[in-house]
Amino acid sequence: MIRLPLVLLFSAFLFSTGIYGVLARRNAVMVLMAIELLLNAVNVNLVAFAAELQDVTGEVFALFVIAVAAAEVGIGLAIVILLFRNRASINVDEVDLLKW
Amino acid sequence: MVGLLGAEAAPAAASSAGWFVDHAWLIALLPFLSAALILFFGKRTPGGGPVYGIAAIGAGFVMALGVVWHFVQGGGPYEKYVEWFRIGSLHMQLGFYVDGLTAVMLIVVTFVSLMVQVYSLGYMHGDVRYTWFFVVLSIFTGAMLDVVLAGNLFQLLVGWEVMGVCSYLLIGHWYEDPANSGAAIKAFLTTRVGDVPFMFGIFALIFATGMTTSNIQVIGQTVAGGHVSLLLVTTAALLLFGGTIGKSAQFPLYVWLPDAMAGPTPVSALIHAATMVAAGIYLVARTFQVFVSADPIALHVVAIIGAITLLLAAFLALVQDDIKKVLAYSTISQLAYMVAALGVGPDGYPAAMFHLFTHAFFKALLFLGAGSVIHAVHSNNMSEMGGLRKDMKVTFWTFAIGSAALAGVPPFSGFFSKDELILAAKDSHTYWLAVVLLVGAILTAFYTTRMILLTFFGEYRGHAHAHESPRVMTVPLILLAGATCVVGLLGFAPLGAPFLDWVYFGGEPIPAVFSPLVAILSIVAVTIGIWTGYVVYRRWRTPDPITKIGPAYDLLEHKYYLDDLYWNGIVKPIRDPIAAGVYWTDQHVIDGVVNGTATLAYAFSAVVAWFDRSVIDGAVNGAGRAMELFGRGLRTLQTGKVQWYAVGLFAGVILLTVFIIRP
Repeated sequence: MIRLPLVLLFSAFLFSTGIYGVLARRNAVMVLMAIELLLNAVNVNLVAFAAELQDVTGEVFALFVIAVAAAEVGIGLAIVILLFRNRASINVDEVDLLKW
Repeated sequence: MVGLLGAEAAPAAASSAGWFVDHAWLIALLPFLSAALILFFGKRTPGGGPVYGIAAIGAGFVMALGVVWHFVQGGGPYEKYVEWFRIGSLHMQLGFYVDGLTAVMLIVVTFVSLMVQVYSLGYMHGDVRYTWFFVVLSIFTGAMLDVVLAGNLFQLLVGWEVMGVCSYLLIGHWYEDPANSGAAIKAFLTTRVGDVPFMFGIFALIFATGMTTSNIQVIGQTVAGGHVSLLLVTTAALLLFGGTIGKSAQFPLYVWLPDAMAGPTPVSALIHAATMVAAGIYLVARTFQVFVSADPIALHVVAIIGAITLLLAAFLALVQDDIKKVLAYSTISQLAYMVAALGVGPDGYPAAMFHLFTHAFFKALLFLGAGSVIHAVHSNNMSEMGGLRKDMKVTFWTFAIGSAALAGVPPFSGFFSKDELILAAKDSHTYWLAVVLLVGAILTAFYTTRMILLTFFGEYRGHAHAHESPRVMTVPLILLAGATCVVGLLGFAPLGAPFLDWVYFGGEPIPAVFSPLVAILSIVAVTIGIWTGYVVYRRWRTPDPITKIGPAYDLLEHKYYLDDLYWNGIVKPIRDPIAAGVYWTDQHVIDGVVNGTATLAYAFSAVVAWFDRSVIDGAVNGAGRAMELFGRGLRTLQTGKVQWYAVGLFAGVILLTVFIIRP
């Protein structure tokens, strides 16, 4: 049995890596992947606590998150494709139309 | 409420005096009421409103007859008053005093005023200020009646001044012409010169009574009692006479009366011939005890002023072309007769009053007749008249009667009164005055003849189509002519001279005397005057033969240069520096104040404007600008770069986390 703190540390590392990816990557696909890291860091936490507390709710919740993440990636990739069609680039820096 | 003093002064006064005497104050009040009625309802009344005035004065005339009846029956004087107000020991009364003189004056004023108002219906027909004319006429009549009835000098002064104002208003009735308003101002200011001494005379007399009353009877008793210093009484008498000189147009203040002819002719008849100018004479008569008790010098001054005025004005009447000016100078001259007669003392008193009485009728008649002529030929100048006796029969005959009375032709009223005057001068041994009066009679007869011949005889020289005046104008003429024929007999000694029983000075009436010598002298004088006049003016000649008397004519033409003297000697030296000073004050002080205020206001507004622009607008604009700057700063946050938003998001989460899990 792996000790909980180690799992939480792993999860935190995974989450931090995800945040770094979201904030620092310019490639939209890489950003989407970093978001997956964030979600999975959360899933790791949910599963770890479910195992620790002998409560299945966390595992169920993790399944939900995986399902939502799949949908989210579907929409995100669709946006990226449309972005590429319009601007021949998927660099998020260049997509700054949403300003005054 | 009969005052205590009144009961003492007139023991005969009782309610048995009769209703008319008891209510004599109504006679003066009615015209004032009618004036108010005309003023407020006149324009809404059919006919413009004179009906009120005529009704009031008609009622007044009836009451005046009732008052006279009291004296015809031998009644005594009657006094009644209420206390008006008091200043310290001085009791001011409001009331009336009626004796024979008052009663006679009431008849004169109400009758002449009635005639004039009826006549004015025709004469003023279609005038711009028709209703207003009758308002002032009514106020004037009321004021004159107040003067006549007043039992104390203060009340008399009030009426006296109101008359002055009305005279001013009526002379300037057609004020659109500057000459008329100039004449009005001249009349007002000139009479005012006399009013000032008059007022001081009243003060002197009130002082003489020990500051207790201005009641004329009490003053009379006080000064007659001999406890007042002769100097004070003499001064008071001379000061009072100053009022007479102004109001009754005596030398040297007579200059306003001829100019006053600028007013409508009925006004000339009422004010400047029959009544207002008589107020000055009436004043002397009313306060005659003061003159009698004063040093003889006072009465001498009165007589001398009268004599000088008499001759000066009679000479001036000789050269006038304007028919109204002839009548104006004859008025001055006839008033001077009365003044001169009063100057001889108690002997002349009834004669002067009798002449005042007769003169009022025939002079009103003459003025109204002249008005009728002017109405017909649209000119005042006799050189544009002539031959009018054919077209204007009624006017001619009534005018002739008036002229005969003025000239002193028997048996018209002027003859009797002039006889009385000459007789009074002779009886008091003032022979020089008798001579002056006779010379005056010659001159009067001469200029009257000239006036009649130039106006009604010969060929018509004017251009208008002469026609007889309407009935409303001729009927007053006929009534006045009738009165002129009759009233003289009231003073005719062989018929008992009832007038002298009504109007007398002192305790007892002076018995009437008929002097054939004086009558013959008078008739001779009149005959000389008329004959000379007839010879000279039998035919119309240009230029007027009177112009051939050389330098004397120049002197008369320029009115003895008296007007020029006043103008250059008094009016200009006073007016010009005052005008210059006032102009300077206006330019510098008044304008300075106005401009200074404006400048201050301007400066203040500049400050306010600056405050508004800088502070208020600054605050508003500053708020806007601050918002803009803030917004500009905020705008830079919104980069459109999603990752920056995400940075904010996570930073917020971290901050919240730190905040929440803070120990």
